[in-house]
Parts: sequence; structure tokens; C-alpha cells
Amino acid sequence: MMAAHAVVTPYTVSPALMDVLQVTLLVLVAAGATAVALTRAPVRQVIMLSGYGLLLALLFLAFQAPDVTLSELTVGAVALPLLLLLALAKVRRREK
Amino acid sequence: MQVFPFVVVVWILAVGLYGMVTSRHLMHLIMCLIVVQSSTYVLLLGVGYKTGAVAPYFYDIPVHTPAVDPVVQALALTDVVVEAAVTALLLAFAIQAHKRFGTLDPHELVQIKG
Amino acid sequence: MSPRLRRWLFLAGMAGLAAFYLWGLGGLPGFGHYPGPYGDIINRIAVGQTKATGVVSAVNFEYRGFDTVGEEFILFVAAAGVATVLRHLRGERERPARDQAADRDTPPTSGAIRLVAVALAGPTLVLGWYLASHAQTSPSGGFQGGVVLATAFILIYLSGQFLAFERFSPVDVTDAVEAVGAGGFAGVGLAAVVMGLPYLSNFLGLGGPPGAVSSSGTIALISFFVGMEVAAAFVLLVSELLDQTLLVGSG
Repeated sequence: MMAAHAVVTPYTVSPALMDVLQVTLLVLVAAGATAVALTRAPVRQVIMLSGYGLLLALLFLAFQAPDVTLSELTVGAVALPLLLLLALAKVRRREK
Repeated sequence: MQVFPFVVVVWILAVGLYGMVTSRHLMHLIMCLIVVQSSTYVLLLGVGYKTGAVAPYFYDIPVHTPAVDPVVQALALTDVVVEAAVTALLLAFAIQAHKRFGTLDPHELVQIKG
Repeated sequence: MSPRLRRWLFLAGMAGLAAFYLWGLGGLPGFGHYPGPYGDIINRIAVGQTKATGVVSAVNFEYRGFDTVGEEFILFVAAAGVATVLRHLRGERERPARDQAADRDTPPTSGAIRLVAVALAGPTLVLGWYLASHAQTSPSGGFQGGVVLATAFILIYLSGQFLAFERFSPVDVTDAVEAVGAGGFAGVGLAAVVMGLPYLSNFLGLGGPPGAVSSSGTIALISFFVGMEVAAAFVLLVSELLDQTLLVGSG
């Protein structure tokens, strides 16, 4: 079957560079998870969670998984913090 | 580098669970649950990775290029979206608990009977 | 059980779990040395069998399509569950809280946010549509496309126009769209059964060269239905929670 578009050889980096990138992102993700779990104020924690979702998306990209990156980016950085903030607004309004 | 990603997985799990166990606010507990769920995504993708391989999309690269495992990526992908919806269900329960009992502290909620 | 005791109990249990886990890690082949045959086999034969160049979507909607039906119905039930749980006590709680918001003075949405949100709503819609309909060619698919589509509607709300958000996505229409999406996926599988093939087998012609939009048969169709369903589910979730916040606030 003739492909309708040009076939190129994929661009790869040296395994050592990839290792460095993955280790750096893993350390950042571990630090981000610790920060999210240890932040007690809910609104502040939502912002940290959004940043953590971004870090996770970068890690998934370094693991050669662009589909999961797309999902995590849209859900973890946009949809989930929005749902959390709406629920928080509802709860805090009743406390007043 | 042989086991470092998996050590990070158990660290994220431990930290998230610690946050859940010592939580004093239901919203904080739900967000720590999200962190625990994220550890499973890292584990899934870490298991399927192959050194020197590319993403499994053969739109413009030859078909026999070594690529990472697509099955775990499919699992992680549906995982992320579905667990966001289940978290929304948990948030609805938290809102209703706050309406009925007036508090979001798990330690106090345990003692309310009926 | 006091908090201190709870904390120490948890740390002891977690230490045991981590010890077992790390002991089990010793038997794994190590990060990067993927041994299993399943992934390699699918990478080799997927493009030839389904003419889909996006192997992850082919796995999601063709090789493991039955799992995806289950996951999509989890999403459907979660959205229905939120609607049920949040609708239950609404009638009683609404009345006493109506006077409390009279003195609340919320600042109006700034002009920059409104401009950016309105300007981005259209391109986000197009992007979401592109992602949902190109599952078989590139990193895209029903799930991601659906969430991006929902984000386009949410941008309308974020630009300060809650009434426009209500008008663009009335609850009955969104409910119907979600049902069509979920039912459509199951229906595609049933259509295969009607033709005498196993449930969810790929019965449409695999026309076109690999990577064309019209290729890969039912994968594109299923991805389109899943995109509709996920977008409608997220819009429903956001509008349910929004109704909750507005119940007390609207005087």
C-alpha cells in the first residue's frame, strides 16, 4: 500500500541524554507529589495540583507517550482543577 | 536507572497515602487521592518503555522502527479521563456531606451516626 | 484512635508494603528492557491489519475495544451519579439561603480574560473536533478530543457569561448527546453481531491508504462517538457543580 506522505527516519537522541531528561523529570514529579500532598490549604493545593499535572504531562512525553500526555494535560491541568474549584466555592459559600 | 522510576512510583504512592491518612479536610483528601492515582500512570508507562524506542505512531516513520509498548499507553489514556469523572462523583458526595453535617473534617464525620 | 497512633500505624504498614514492593522489583527486567512479546507483535501487525497508523488508538478501539466500552460506561455512570447525588436535596436547601447573597459584591470579569476566552473558544472547538476525528492517524482520539471539546464550552463560562454557557449547553441537549455517544459505541458493536460477526469486530471496509482519515473502518466511527460522549459528560459535570454554586449565590 503506497503511503500518501513522505516516510522519514525518526529523530532520536543519544540514550544518555534521554536518561538525564527522564531522571530529572522523575525527581521533579516526586518533589511535586510531596508538595501537593503536604499543602494543607485547599485552594493553594488546587494550584499545586495543576502544576503537578503539567509536570506529569512532561514526564509522559519523555516516556514516548504523546496520547497520554494529551489526556493528562487537558484533564489534570484544566478540567480537574476547575471541578475542584467549583466544589470548593460551593463549600466555602455555605461556611459564611 | 534500572529501578529508579519504580522507586519514584512507590514514593508517590507513600506520600499520597500519608496525605490521605493525616488529612483534616475532605477536599485535601480527594486531592491526595488524585496523587495516588497518578502513581499508577507512571508505573504503567514505566513498564512499557524500551530504551532507544520511539512513540508507536507510524504515520511517517517506517513500520518496523522499534517502538514502545502501545497497550499500556492505551490503558493509561482511558484511565486518566475516567478517573477524573469518578473524582467528580467523590466531590459530589463531599458537597452533600457538607450540606448535611456542616463539617468537612473526616475525624468529625466518623463520629456522626445516623 | 488518636492521630499520632494513626500516623505511626500507617508508617509501619507503608514500610512493610514498600519492603515487599522493592523485593519484588529485584525480579523485574529493569527499566527500558521491555521483554514482553505482546507489544512488539501489535506494533508489527497493527498497521497491516487495520490500516491505522495510530497504534494506541487501534489498541483502544479495536484490539481491546471491549475494555473501552466498559471504561466509557464508567464515565457515563459517573456523570449520571453526580446528577443524581446533587439533585436529591436541592429542593429543601434552596429556600432558606436566598437572602444571604444580597450584600455580596463580586468584581466583574476583567476585559483581558473575556477577550482571550472568547477568542480561544472557537479554535479550541476546532482542535477538539480534529482530535476526536483523527484517532487512527496521529496522537489523538476520542477521549482527548472529548475533553478538549468540553474545554471549549467551559471557556465560554470562564469569560463571565454564565447565561451564554447555559444557552449553549442546555441540560436536556447535553444529556441526549451523551446518551447518543454511549449508545452509539455499544450500537456499533451490536451491528457487528447482527451481521453474524463477533461483538465489536471491524466490519466496515478498511479503505484508503494507511493514515488516511477514511481508513481503519470502525475505529474512526467509534472514536467519534466516544468524543461526543466524553465532551457531553464533562459539560454535564461542570454545569451540575455550577448550579450548586449558583443556588446559594443568586438572590
